Amino acid sequence: MRLAITGLQVSFGARRVVDVDELRVGAAEIVGLAGESGSGKSMTTLAVLGLAHTVGATVRGSITLDGAELTTLSQRELRDVRGRRIAAIFQSPATAFSPVFRVGTVVQRALRLHGMSKSEATEAASRAMRQVLLSPGLLDRYPSQLSGGQLQRVAIAIALALRAEVLLADEPTSALDVTVQAEVLEVLRELRDRDGMSVLFISHDLAVVAELCDRVAIMREGRIVEQGPAATVLSAPADSYTADLLAAVPVIRAEAGP
Amino acid sequence: MIEAPAPLPAQDAVVPRGEALRSGLRANPLMALGAVMCALIVVVALFAPLLAPYPADAGSATHPFAVLKPPSAVHWFGTDNVGRDILSRVIFGTRVSPVVAVLVLLIACIIGIPLGVAAGYFGGWLDEVIMRVTDIFLAFPPLLLALALAAVLPPSLTSLVIAIAVTWWPWYTRLIRGQAASVAGRPYVESCRALGIPSHRIVLRHILPNSVTPLIVQVSLDFGGVILTASALSFLGLGAQDPIPDWGLMVAEGQNYFTTAWWVVTFPGLAILFTAFAFTLLGDGLRDLLDPKRTFLP
Amino acid sequence: MTPAASGRRAATAAAGQGAAPLLDISELTVRFGPVRAVDGVSLRLPPGPCGLGLVGESGSGKTTIGRAALRLVRTSAGTVRFAGKDIAGLRGKALQDYRRAAQIVFQDPDGVLDPRMRIGATIAEALVAHRMAGRRAAAEQARALLSEVGLDPAFAARYPHQLSGGQRQRVSIARALSVRPRLLVLDEPTSALDVRAQAAILALVGRLRAQRDLAYLLITHNLAIVSELCEQTAVLYLGRVAESGPTGALLGNPAHPYTRALRSAVPELGSSPAARVVLPGDPPDAANPPPGCVFHPRCPLAVDRCRTEVPALRAVGPGRLAACHRAEEVLATSSASPGRAPASTAEGSPPGSTAAAPPA
Repeated sequence: MRLAITGLQVSFGARRVVDVDELRVGAAEIVGLAGESGSGKSMTTLAVLGLAHTVGATVRGSITLDGAELTTLSQRELRDVRGRRIAAIFQSPATAFSPVFRVGTVVQRALRLHGMSKSEATEAASRAMRQVLLSPGLLDRYPSQLSGGQLQRVAIAIALALRAEVLLADEPTSALDVTVQAEVLEVLRELRDRDGMSVLFISHDLAVVAELCDRVAIMREGRIVEQGPAATVLSAPADSYTADLLAAVPVIRAEAGP
Repeated sequence: MIEAPAPLPAQDAVVPRGEALRSGLRANPLMALGAVMCALIVVVALFAPLLAPYPADAGSATHPFAVLKPPSAVHWFGTDNVGRDILSRVIFGTRVSPVVAVLVLLIACIIGIPLGVAAGYFGGWLDEVIMRVTDIFLAFPPLLLALALAAVLPPSLTSLVIAIAVTWWPWYTRLIRGQAASVAGRPYVESCRALGIPSHRIVLRHILPNSVTPLIVQVSLDFGGVILTASALSFLGLGAQDPIPDWGLMVAEGQNYFTTAWWVVTFPGLAILFTAFAFTLLGDGLRDLLDPKRTFLP
Repeated sequence: MTPAASGRRAATAAAGQGAAPLLDISELTVRFGPVRAVDGVSLRLPPGPCGLGLVGESGSGKTTIGRAALRLVRTSAGTVRFAGKDIAGLRGKALQDYRRAAQIVFQDPDGVLDPRMRIGATIAEALVAHRMAGRRAAAEQARALLSEVGLDPAFAARYPHQLSGGQRQRVSIARALSVRPRLLVLDEPTSALDVRAQAAILALVGRLRAQRDLAYLLITHNLAIVSELCEQTAVLYLGRVAESGPTGALLGNPAHPYTRALRSAVPELGSSPAARVVLPGDPPDAANPPPGCVFHPRCPLAVDRCRTEVPALRAVGPGRLAACHRAEEVLATSSASPGRAPASTAEGSPPGSTAAAPPA
């Protein structure tokens, strides 16, 4: 298992916000983590990145990457892991791109931070851009000149260029138009199929999770109430909370015929 | 079908206004301290004739034989260059300097807030006109402008107040205008307009309360600044005239003797410090109190 | 078919029969500097109970149309008529009456309530301002409105930051309802909400529609909610109407390539992403719209004519309008192979049912 989370407990003082017994993501697999706001999904992401302490939370439990324990690493060692082996993209692509720098500058910086030379970085960046179906020329633009969907794809390109093994995607398409979302989801599928990346896809949108993910875990108030193959969990849920969520998803009722 | 409200965490419980105020005071000890200090100043100002050991010294009495005496049992704060008891003058000074500062800031707010709110909320040509006038006043270095005005007006405390207030209001207008413009753009204001709520109501009930918080803090911080400006003008002979026990004037007059008779400058200076500090604490606490999002810890 | 659905069908039929429209938007154009946010849009909303969906992505102009209908933005051309009267010319009491008759619920439940006012006061504010009730009566009505939107009247004493997003949205609706409007514009009412809160809001709107004979303009990018709440829908692209018509027919059998792409892009439970129409290229730049049909750079069916000639919005079926030179072909292909594998075609059956999803 690429990424294995076992007995993870994230707390703010006495208040426990995440209490996950087990969550695993294998190679070339997209696992969905679905739940409502406040269920602890984002805190789980922060914990995996080793950033939970920055918001004042304490972490207990085990998070392993290819068998190596992450929770015991020092911040310096974690910085090596973060971005290079575990990459993350978030809901607002603006979090990754400062408006005063060209997008290419940010990409270059990220790549060189993790040890690439300038020429290697340029080459890797162009290649990664093409892999996410963007023209490398877009790297010369400022973030304000790119759409939300394009920015998300550039963020994914960084992960690709660094050859990250795991991608944490925290609501990456929630703020995007539906047609743009479709493109980003397509790119994520390519990551899985072509590059064998493990993707943990966090979302409150069950329909997107149903379509994209191989396996899904439903999170409620910090706990995982149900886990399994997406097709099974989302069509025949065992837990009543999951069933409630599914029943609440509105469905397009279309009539065929003119 | 009807959704009941979730029980609020203890610190968020809905409390009636009076109790909220009291618990807020309890929760914010620094503000309570500031409030106590301000209250002290007010009490001293009110009962000055009873508290001062030598009330006449606050006026034009002089004692040539008690000049520049250091602090002692007879004169707790020592005497100044014409033999007047400094303690009495400091006590009576509570009726001068803080009052000047309060008046100046009050006038600056009375002019600055309506202009700022009007400019920020209505925008357009009204905004342009108001801000250009404000800019003209802001173009002058404040002390210079106050100086020019004070030089034209007959030297007195009234002229002092007017001169400083005239240089102070533009800053508040600009501050409020920025806030008001920001609040005017918020969704709840647009929602009010959509509901047909008249402009004057929107301004009074939404724009004003949501814009003044930074001003409250600014005003409390400006207190010390006004007193110092007043003292500079008084020193130049353009405001309070001797023998009025204005603290700033006392500091200005006493600086010549600082090396030999430190008490002449120090005690009035401490009084300014005390007052400015009191109002700053009060202002900070007031801002916290007025923000409904702050939780009051039990 | 469920009674609700058959009721909707009847209403659809009646709507087409030229009952005097409550809201009549005609050739509306709204410019923000060089950008034409809305370009020649015409829409009609009959009196309630009735729902018109405005569907589009960012830059489509749907939000601007909603605001223009309430005179919250200045129009550059065209007219908006409410109950027959041009709203641009309203003054004084007539304007006040209009402000009471047409209301809007905004998208962002966070900024839409004054953080310093208690919920009860916020809801009662309009009543007091319009002198529709005294202070105490207004407070009473506020509590009644809270119950109507499904919240315990105890919420009246709370502050906005003590409520969840879904609850704030409901307060926002209660506030809009306080003046007893005939028309309600709902601007992305569920976008910022969790799925269960969304469902609650949708149920609420359905209930209000029945109880108050409400006519509403539902602005959204979510096709599922228009299919649930709106008899008629208009699809917008770059400030123009791409197609409009009865919701069910429009979604099931699109007459415009954009609608087809939109429909196929929406992820759904229990269906596979087969046969997705992928839109190449980027969303258009509103300041420099493409010549001819604004959709042609991304359209899989574009031909030479599309590059030069702007397609007119024309009738392509009963009650259906489309702005596409090749609309008939789109209609024909859509009915042959719907863009997505359906989970169930029976109306009213809940998703996630125990039956496994049939493959495409």
